[in-house]
Amino acid sequence: MSNYKRQLSKDLAAQFSDLDIIIKESPQGVSCTVPVESWLEVAKTLRDERDFDFDQCIDLCGVDYLSYGEPEWPTDDVTFTGFSRGIRGKGPGRFSWSERRRETVANRFAVAVQLLSLNKNQRLTLKCFAPDEGMLVVPSLIDIWPGVNWFEREAFDLFGIIFQGHPDLRRILTDYGFIGHPFRKDFPLIGNVEVKYDEKKKRVVYQPVSIEPRVLVPKTIRRDSRYVDNTAGQENS
Amino acid sequence: MAEIKNYTMNFGPQHPAAHGVLRLILEMDGEVITHADPHVGLLHRATEKLAETKPFNQSIGYMDRLDYVSMMCNEHAYVRAIEKLLGIEAPIRAQYIRTLFDEITRIRNHLMWIGTHGLDLGAMALFLYAFRERELCMDMYEAVSGARMHATYYRPGGVYRDLPEKMPKHKQSQWTKGEDLKQVNEWREGSLLDFIEAFANDFPSKIAEYRTLLEENRIWKQRTVGIGVVSPEQAKAWGFTGPMLRGSGVAWDLRKKQTYAAYDKVDFDVPVGVNGDCYDRYLVRMEEMSQSTRIIKQCVQWLKDNPGPVMADNHKVVPPKREAMKEDMESLIMHFKLFTEGYSVPAGEVYSAVEAPKGEFGVYMISDDSNKPFRVKLRAPGFAHLSAMNDMVKGHMLSDVVAVIGTMDIVFGEIDR
Repeated sequence: MSNYKRQLSKDLAAQFSDLDIIIKESPQGVSCTVPVESWLEVAKTLRDERDFDFDQCIDLCGVDYLSYGEPEWPTDDVTFTGFSRGIRGKGPGRFSWSERRRETVANRFAVAVQLLSLNKNQRLTLKCFAPDEGMLVVPSLIDIWPGVNWFEREAFDLFGIIFQGHPDLRRILTDYGFIGHPFRKDFPLIGNVEVKYDEKKKRVVYQPVSIEPRVLVPKTIRRDSRYVDNTAGQENS
Repeated sequence: MAEIKNYTMNFGPQHPAAHGVLRLILEMDGEVITHADPHVGLLHRATEKLAETKPFNQSIGYMDRLDYVSMMCNEHAYVRAIEKLLGIEAPIRAQYIRTLFDEITRIRNHLMWIGTHGLDLGAMALFLYAFRERELCMDMYEAVSGARMHATYYRPGGVYRDLPEKMPKHKQSQWTKGEDLKQVNEWREGSLLDFIEAFANDFPSKIAEYRTLLEENRIWKQRTVGIGVVSPEQAKAWGFTGPMLRGSGVAWDLRKKQTYAAYDKVDFDVPVGVNGDCYDRYLVRMEEMSQSTRIIKQCVQWLKDNPGPVMADNHKVVPPKREAMKEDMESLIMHFKLFTEGYSVPAGEVYSAVEAPKGEFGVYMISDDSNKPFRVKLRAPGFAHLSAMNDMVKGHMLSDVVAVIGTMDIVFGEIDR
């Protein structure tokens, strides 16, 4: 299956030449970003056309691109203040709810789907960005691949992406009555509430978190991957 | 006659047949299920979010705790995702060790599954026999990594260390002494590979024992034949993978189709079911254990014949040897950087999957050139399987729900993540 990637990219470009799609081919795989308006149309074609034949939807997940590519400890220049700079960042996991970021970022939320064709033995990552106009709405793929049911519920639960047409869009992984979407990058790692048994009330109660955010290693970005030859022989998958 | 209406029943989360913390809301018409609504998430630990806050290597241990009965297979998917992004490859000996331990893991997982599945359906004795052999697999884990379950043995670039030359022996105790002690140490005189070989030679006879216990028991067949039938079309549509897909007659195995590690260099067959019921899936998994034994034997032979490195020689990713650090400043710096900051992975995204014992375990990883993954999505096979619960049990009796839960081989560590 090592050589399918080029052919698949070509087929995709030919099939969807009239749509505004971005195809990326890398040794790691083929990915295809489509506008949200053509989400259902593209998915249906990918399942039904013989050239693609993606009969299985293996996975669907949300992605939050807030803080993508932002280090806590710049490494592009030398410093005399040392590592202690690194512990003051407000990167992933190092802030509480009141310290969260509040700016709006374009193209923040995406939905990524992993498709698999059993007959053609090929994979494809299909992506679309959710339009953010008050509500994140993406059409549901449930009529095309019924197996995405719980995966869409999960993306709704964790990221707050609403899948239009989903018959049963409830929370799935978080607690009953949970508030917020915990996998968003502006949701603190420590959470907002904690649970304990109240001796006086004789029942379990919720209270604001008492722990402090604590992440030891700062996020640093180094583009010195010179040692890595990304075009070197990959495994054949 | 009084009119009887449907009623709702709560199954779990504290129920021995719920395999963990599954809460099922069952709508019943008499003893027939009209609707099943599984509530999951009681074991949700936000592993994916935790991984975003740590350097890549620090999350390997979390992978063990996802599907906590097939630990090393989870590690394998995660480690391969990083290796693909970095564009490095493990040395061939490490690939064979990974293959060997993936298969030991498969046997471990299936032993756990057959034990509990049998227990749920009333076959008490089998559980004890299955756990006897599972204990030996735990000893293999312990010998190689120091931990019986959560090994953290696979690393980007290879495996943590080479296989030990000596298999640890049982010590004399109040309960094990004299002839007993000799018997439990019988296979442990040589290296770990000798121990694994002795196990692999003996194990087919054990599989035959399990099969005798179950297949010659009419209750077992009454409880599994024709229960939870899934057609190949349904299995594909619902995103089934692994034995759940193969039980329905679809010959799909990532080890063959999208091969990884050393699976293309060993000889094995992929068993496929016909009817797609619980009994066929049972047969598929039993045969998988025999095939795993075959793979293990081949790997043991190869590993005995071919010594070599088990870690890539790339100290930007892999820590240098301790001796080198004493003399070589460069090694000391690399060691310091690796353990304080970790390595940076080139920006990009990758989906890497392995054929875990339960099905396709995948890791979707996005990196932004930093020392922590930007997003990790863990694709657990059990999540897709359990989502089809309602369709699989509708119209069945209450007691069949237990058979269906068992046949799905559910573990909540991976479903709730």
